[in-house]
Amino acid sequence: MAVDMRLPAILKQISLSGSKGAAASLVVPGDVITTDTGFMRGHGTYLDEEKLTASVAGEVERVNKLICVRPLKTRYNGEVGDVVVGRIAEVQQKRWKVETSSRLDSVLLLSSVNLPGGELRRRSAEDELSMRDYLQEGDLISAEVQAVFSDGALSLHTRSLKYGKLGQGVLVQVSPSLVKRQKTHFHNLPCGASIILGNNGYIWLHPTPMQQDEEAGGYYTSTEPVALSDREVISRLRNCILALAAHKVMLFDTSVLYCYESSLSHQIKDILKPEVTEEVVLQTRHRLADQEG
Amino acid sequence: MAGLELLSDQGYRLDGRKSTELRKIQARMGVFDQADGSAYLEQGRTIALAVVYGPHDVRGSRAKIQHDRAVINCQYSMATFSTAERKRRPHGDRKSTEMSLHLKETFEAAILTHLYPRSQIDIYVKILQSDGGNYSACVNAATLAVIDAGIPMRDYVCACTVGFVDDTPLADMNHAEESGGGTNLALALLPRGGQIALLQMDARLHQDHLDTLMEAAMTACKGVSKVLDEVVRQHLQETVILTGE
Repeated sequence: MAVDMRLPAILKQISLSGSKGAAASLVVPGDVITTDTGFMRGHGTYLDEEKLTASVAGEVERVNKLICVRPLKTRYNGEVGDVVVGRIAEVQQKRWKVETSSRLDSVLLLSSVNLPGGELRRRSAEDELSMRDYLQEGDLISAEVQAVFSDGALSLHTRSLKYGKLGQGVLVQVSPSLVKRQKTHFHNLPCGASIILGNNGYIWLHPTPMQQDEEAGGYYTSTEPVALSDREVISRLRNCILALAAHKVMLFDTSVLYCYESSLSHQIKDILKPEVTEEVVLQTRHRLADQEG
Repeated sequence: MAGLELLSDQGYRLDGRKSTELRKIQARMGVFDQADGSAYLEQGRTIALAVVYGPHDVRGSRAKIQHDRAVINCQYSMATFSTAERKRRPHGDRKSTEMSLHLKETFEAAILTHLYPRSQIDIYVKILQSDGGNYSACVNAATLAVIDAGIPMRDYVCACTVGFVDDTPLADMNHAEESGGGTNLALALLPRGGQIALLQMDARLHQDHLDTLMEAAMTACKGVSKVLDEVVRQHLQETVILTGE
């Protein structure tokens, strides 16, 4: 077997020139943002002897009187309406605990899922007992954030046919701050695969389903073998997303697609080699910049 | 002492530093993708690697859950190859348990734990190469990792050790100086406010000297904080440029 070996490379220095404007609003923990008491204390700040002080490293955001500091990297902070991909961690009484890379495990109540047999079905005691038949530990689901509790935990729902249990596909985990908020997070990419860009940084790649849905209520998962060509497209997409994430490019349908197209001249496994990654990401950046203006 | 002259008549130490001079500190943030935050730090020839996971749900026993704040879980370990003599170091020996406890107390003082009720923050630190001042290297590395994870802190925590030889405080001691068996004071400081997160002293010291020693330790910690500050700001700017905002 041929083994690919490489020598350690020197870390690339990123030129910091021409960015003085951005540097002004960057703060580190302990930096005093303002001594003016007229402002309101937002996330990422605290009051230290009447002085508004940053508690995380990041950018200062000001909305009228409210000052927040947004850290560059955090765990996922859920907002109502977000699309998330999560993994069932626990089955409890009338609820599932879902791991969504949030600060606390999210809950999916039995009353906020669509059970097979239509919308208006009553939930009986049998349903409670057979919860594990619908979703069991380790299953992946896509869902929407229904509410945020006071302690920061999320309540999810899957009351739409586009949400539910995920079948065959590939999960990629990236930092939640890299997923761009968009009108829709479900895309059927023209390259022949579908993508769910979870706001929590979990990205699900799967072959585009043939026919849109049946009566199973989203709990039926096909175990049909996936064609090799589909699997190749998915693997390529996965490597592209990892490449974009490594270079901290925002992820949304266009950037993923552009990256996919610029990677076509390389073998799938080569995309993860640092020099190829760099080239592919650079091309993507250029195309994105062209498109913007 | 074994005839080793820790401070020469000209005021130089074994490795050529002046008494108040720190060792060279180099650090990098975000070295692992998988963890929420990570950092690598070299302080002279002491090398530490820190990883932070969390805040996340409390794993394991439910009894640990605090309803008003986050639990901090620290684990300190040394690599088998970290010292001159290769040695297997099982988890949970007395020295590393004590060090883990110290780290935990240090970071409980700095992290705003009340913002994350019912959750847990894991801090794992490993010494890859040990040349004195392990505690301070761990604290400094873990500070960077916590900042990288975006966990709110009051301020940086900076730590430094100070020794006392010939009525002179020696900042940031290396292994040769530490093994002399003299006084060794480790201080973890929140530099801006000057609050002390942890203070530990081995061996005896006359009360009259304590003030000078503390003074020296605080200056050393503030020196460390300047270096860490530079590392964090550099990292911030690089990330902002890459994400293109």
